[in-house]
Amino acid sequence: MAGSGKAINAESAVEFDRRNTDWYVDKAIQAIVFVGGISTIIFVIGIFVFITREGLTFVFDTLDVKEFLTSEYWDPSDEDAPEYGILALIAGTASVTGLAMVVAIPFSLGAAVFIGEFATGKTREFLKVLVELLAAIPSVVWGFIGLSIMNPLIIEWFNVPVGLNVLNAGIILGLMAAPIMTSIAEDALKAVPDRYREAAEAMGATRWQVIYKVVLPAAKNGLLGAVLLGVGRAFGETMAVLMATGHSINIPTSVFDSVRALTATIAAELGETAVGSDHYGALFTIGIFLFLITFIINLLADLVVRGVRKG
Amino acid sequence: MNTHADQKHAIRTRGLNLWYGDFQALFDVNLGIERGLITSMIGPSGCGKSTFLRSVNRINERLGYVRIEGRIDVLDQNVYDPTVELVQVRKQVGMVFQRPNPLPISIRDNVIFGHRVHNKGKKASAAEEDEIVEQALRQVLLWDKVKDRLKHKGTELSLEEQQKLCIARLLPVKPEVLLMDEPCSALDPKGTEAVEELIWELKGKYTILIVTHNMAQARRASEKCIFMLLGKVVEYGDTDALFLTPKESQTADYIEGRYG
Repeated sequence: MAGSGKAINAESAVEFDRRNTDWYVDKAIQAIVFVGGISTIIFVIGIFVFITREGLTFVFDTLDVKEFLTSEYWDPSDEDAPEYGILALIAGTASVTGLAMVVAIPFSLGAAVFIGEFATGKTREFLKVLVELLAAIPSVVWGFIGLSIMNPLIIEWFNVPVGLNVLNAGIILGLMAAPIMTSIAEDALKAVPDRYREAAEAMGATRWQVIYKVVLPAAKNGLLGAVLLGVGRAFGETMAVLMATGHSINIPTSVFDSVRALTATIAAELGETAVGSDHYGALFTIGIFLFLITFIINLLADLVVRGVRKG
Repeated sequence: MNTHADQKHAIRTRGLNLWYGDFQALFDVNLGIERGLITSMIGPSGCGKSTFLRSVNRINERLGYVRIEGRIDVLDQNVYDPTVELVQVRKQVGMVFQRPNPLPISIRDNVIFGHRVHNKGKKASAAEEDEIVEQALRQVLLWDKVKDRLKHKGTELSLEEQQKLCIARLLPVKPEVLLMDEPCSALDPKGTEAVEELIWELKGKYTILIVTHNMAQARRASEKCIFMLLGKVVEYGDTDALFLTPKESQTADYIEGRYG
């Protein structure tokens, strides 16, 4: 019997450099994950480069940046004197987004507080699933609702000639943004440790005092992040605003004015422009503008959620 | 302590049974906790001592699947009476938790939180509030350490200081009873000593019911002692007597470290 330790070692020689299939599988998976991860970044940068390249020649050669941002006349298809002012479009987008937030913030925060703090068990699970489902409704469906349901209602209720306006698009967009905001706000509430609630309750605070004095302040950053992401969502939305705003160039003076949004302008006009023309370049410049704004909003939301304080 | 004969007990339970779902955690508990004394509850983990404590101020109900039979009288009123307002119960019964849980607000706001909750309508001036905050923090021997950073968050303090803050915030409300659920278990020996010292400081001013599984602490820090096992009260008496001459063999076994 080869009983001694020395003999065993000699028989099964130790090979520290032996590679079996597990090693290869591991390396392969690592490579795939790496490519997958890096590709997202590459694609985003690629898109940015593409948009910039298409728009930049126009920006440098033709565009008067000051006029672009401050003129309210957008008439790129005029043969003799095309006008490229996006102020009215900015006003359209801003007014609709603003109204959307007025609608969405109370709804989404209220829903988040109810789901996170009051609902229990099955109700809570059901509501959470429902909110996720609502977030998945295609925007064209929302646009359809704006066009065919809200439009006649607004005309009838407020006795105005056109129901496709800031009010219509603001409500539609607010309802669209609310589910995602609810979802994120609820996550923020859930992240507040339960021992804070318990402490406040044990001191005699009522349910509402616990929420108002303890939970909401503690979740402040997350809630603000939710609102900012909602703004980003509303800002970048295209199809629903195209259908519900009335799509007419206008600096609105009331919620019953029709407006046109930046996004909708690109969607409606890009197909009809000649590649490389000034009009084409102007639309891409709007694209760059949108990209920058949404980028800033999302970055801000991200920073706020992480609790980085400004200043 | 000078107590009135008819008001000897701050907490009195009769036939108290408690279930978590189908699991019975307390069996027919009949206890009278005397006013103005420090009473400790000892027993192995899961014996029901925390459960008992948490049912006195009804904070247990947060769990949602708790069922109770019998009654708990605090200051001669059944807290499980349907007409009872929890806010009023919790004004009389303050609680200190196992893990220090100051709120994520300033030290000052932490101390004044309960006072504000219970004094709606008659809003105290800033000067009055300052006075209340200082007094409470002085009572817990924390004033000198934090007086220059009252605006800092309570959660930034050390664990020992957090726990003292958690005691301090109960005092402005002037509760009759303080429930303490293993208040030192998250602290190091030095912190434990400091908090125990503080508990002694509060002796006589409040009825203190303290749960611990540190027997040395029970012995040092309390006048009366309750030993619980498997949801039942096994023995209740003067701390010294219970530790020196336990009447029940189970008590003797536990304090000699044969289980738990």
